[in-house]
Amino acid sequence: MAGFESENAGMNENMDDVKTSNMQNSVPTGIKIQTINLNAWFGAKQALKDINLSIKANAVTAIIGPSGCGKSTFVRCLNRMHELVPGSRSSGKVLLDGQNIYSKEVDPVLIRRRVGMVFQKPNPFPTMSIHDNVAAGLRLTGLKKGKNLDEVVRHSLEQATLWDEVKDDMKKPGTSISGGQQQRLCIARAIALQPEVILMDEPCSALDPAATAKIEELIVTLKEDYTVVVVTHNMQQAARVSDFTAFLYVGELIEYGSTWSIFENPKSELTEKYITGRFG
Amino acid sequence: MSPRLSGDNLFKTLTALLAVSAAAILMITAYELFVGSLPVLQKFGIYFFTGTKWNPVQTMVNPEIYGALPYLLGTLVTSAIALLIGVPLSIGIAIFLVEMAPRTLRVSVSYLVDMLAAVPSVIYGLWGYFVLRFWLLDYVEIPLSRYLGWIPIFGGTPQGLDVLNGGVILAIMIIPTVSSISREVIQAVPNSIREGAYSIGATKWEVIRNWVLSYGRSGIFGAVILGLGRAVGETMAVTMVIGNTIGPSAIPTSLFKPSQTMASLIANNFLEATPGTLELSAYIGIGLFLLLLSLSINVIAQVMVTRVLKVKGGAVE
Amino acid sequence: MTSYTYRKFKNKLFLALSLGCVIIAAVPLLSILIEVILKGAPELSIKFLTQTGGVIGSSDAGGIGPAIQGTLILIGLTCLISMPFGVMSGIFLAEHGNNKYTSAYAAWMRIFNNALTGVPSIVVGITVFAVVVLTLGHYSPLAGAVALSFIAIPIVARTTEESLKLVPNSVREASLALGVRNWRTTVSVVLPDARKGLVTGALLATARIAGETAPLLMTILGGQYFSQGFGQPMDALPLRIYRDAFLPYSNFQAQAWGAALFLILIVLSLNIGVRAASSGWLRK
Repeated sequence: MAGFESENAGMNENMDDVKTSNMQNSVPTGIKIQTINLNAWFGAKQALKDINLSIKANAVTAIIGPSGCGKSTFVRCLNRMHELVPGSRSSGKVLLDGQNIYSKEVDPVLIRRRVGMVFQKPNPFPTMSIHDNVAAGLRLTGLKKGKNLDEVVRHSLEQATLWDEVKDDMKKPGTSISGGQQQRLCIARAIALQPEVILMDEPCSALDPAATAKIEELIVTLKEDYTVVVVTHNMQQAARVSDFTAFLYVGELIEYGSTWSIFENPKSELTEKYITGRFG
Repeated sequence: MSPRLSGDNLFKTLTALLAVSAAAILMITAYELFVGSLPVLQKFGIYFFTGTKWNPVQTMVNPEIYGALPYLLGTLVTSAIALLIGVPLSIGIAIFLVEMAPRTLRVSVSYLVDMLAAVPSVIYGLWGYFVLRFWLLDYVEIPLSRYLGWIPIFGGTPQGLDVLNGGVILAIMIIPTVSSISREVIQAVPNSIREGAYSIGATKWEVIRNWVLSYGRSGIFGAVILGLGRAVGETMAVTMVIGNTIGPSAIPTSLFKPSQTMASLIANNFLEATPGTLELSAYIGIGLFLLLLSLSINVIAQVMVTRVLKVKGGAVE
Repeated sequence: MTSYTYRKFKNKLFLALSLGCVIIAAVPLLSILIEVILKGAPELSIKFLTQTGGVIGSSDAGGIGPAIQGTLILIGLTCLISMPFGVMSGIFLAEHGNNKYTSAYAAWMRIFNNALTGVPSIVVGITVFAVVVLTLGHYSPLAGAVALSFIAIPIVARTTEESLKLVPNSVREASLALGVRNWRTTVSVVLPDARKGLVTGALLATARIAGETAPLLMTILGGQYFSQGFGQPMDALPLRIYRDAFLPYSNFQAQAWGAALFLILIVLSLNIGVRAASSGWLRK
């Protein structure tokens, strides 16, 4: 695809520039997150090898690949959750709006507010009510009780298409609702902080098809306000919800492009094999 | 060999019988204490639990009388001090071990806590009597008495062998118990909760305080109760530092007053009493009181802790 | 201060306080060890370890020979009494704890076992005084050993149960499949396999009872002489420490420190033995 090739070429050129310049203030338009030679390890085992990827703003990017290829690890490097694992290590840069989130002056706490995350198994806080689950992040930053707080909570739940289902049960514990609802609660919890990016690590793999469908619909609407990155082992899902797709294999980025081009016209043989279900 | 008498059945019966040892010991204990304290309970009734006078020697002016209240208060106050000081220290250690320490430090700190548990009670007492006493006097009691002596709990002339000393020693002695159970409880908190908390931009301390401790609160409470049980039953160390007074003057109205706990009363005076007398019955009565208090605390605590740790991860997961 | 800097400050503060708790807890331990070594080491000598105590008030404090002998006798007797009861209880709880006929009984026995660990040691002393000393009519090493056994049995039972439970079922099944009877399997196959845990349990219980003082007050009474059999009171290290510490003579007080050093050495070596024997078995 012509458009894709020129995009790619542009990125190659720019990378050399980025490597030699200190701060990249003017970023190629539309790119929210750019990883540069991102490597990650768990102890001695290397999980990611030199990942260079640009994630477009206000779009849904899917990360696909067989189990163990490093998809979750990659996404956890984008909000500095990877480093919470004892013995873990990473190198390279991850630019959020041009600023390296791994530089020494940057506080991971602030990054995680701008880059939110939804996990594979829904993990609402069991000791808190539905209302407090959504409000949790806001309370940390000082927004105490009050109309303001309740409004934000309501708005987040509406955006997560959960409001109507729980509006009368706001005081019930966060775990008292179904799995699919819990996951939407987690999405609302992340949205409440008005992040710029939402990372989703296989958000539907623990859910039934009906709940999955609801969340896939939600993902597509989210890209209006947020940049979304979705890790999935389900290729059909990737094809359904995403605009761009990256294919990872054994820690390496094999191919990246618009979802259409990856699925209809993959460049690498490996990609084609995976897409057609020959392995993984 | 007939099936009834098979080696298996014999062995099984034998072990089943011996398994009753603990229950039997408890029954014997309860029986002996009840029987032994009947004389004093029959004579003084409720006064034994609520009265404050204690006089083993019958004279014309002072009748023989036994009231255990001061010693109950002594036990409770020293245990309360032990909890006030020891619990925060223990939870801090548990948090350090689970959430903060790198592997090598974790091992050494565990050793440290195990060593604290290994020191015999009488050696804590020895140290408390010859060393801690003067530390407390010089750095805590005399300054507090000078500047804040008008506050009742800091009243009196500090001598070093008092309620405070007892409380501090007990605090140190309950640290291994409370910290190791708290540690298990904190470790059992599922990682998914921590991840969720970090993902909304919480600092490490916020994750610990708002989520980890909150999730584990019933287990930690159980650990605290176990620590209380330990403090209540502790004898030698407290006996050696509490000052040993008798009767109404033993009521712990100030941290700097010498006092007496139920356990220390027995340790100090049991051998003074002649078998068969009312006096001995009085000490046995104290023992009964102490047993009931300890047992109830320990049973409650064990139930709480096993419930939390067995249902790993809590009921909601 | 903005909300964010305040949060960062609180974070650093409380994490530092947690570390502080560790340091505060280390202070008494270090102080105890240092004091015991500094004050006790000068006392150590062959004479100190083997002689009887001197006349109270004289310039010669003598030695703690009888106390050491007493402690060793107590350890021996207590193991003799508590191991059979404790190990057999543990075997029952482990091997039949899940059987549908006996599991309720086993559950109750376990509850009683745990409850027994909550009985204050001085109360144990009173009980054994009533049961043994009053019956015999005199203080006796036997009474002391019985009292210490009351404390040791639940420990041994619990550690035995736990180490037997760790033996994989495949070991039992292999033996049963060869036609070996149940009880024989337990005794000849499972028990040896669990011996690391059993030894650990014995060492743990011994370390605990070696330092116990309260139950000895009214069972062996203490004294200045070597043990003269089951009909007489006896001394023991913890008792000696307790008594010497309160004598108003500095040479006797120094003896208390010497005895404390010796006792701590015994207890710490037993604990190190536990670590060595278990390495990896103990939950903590």
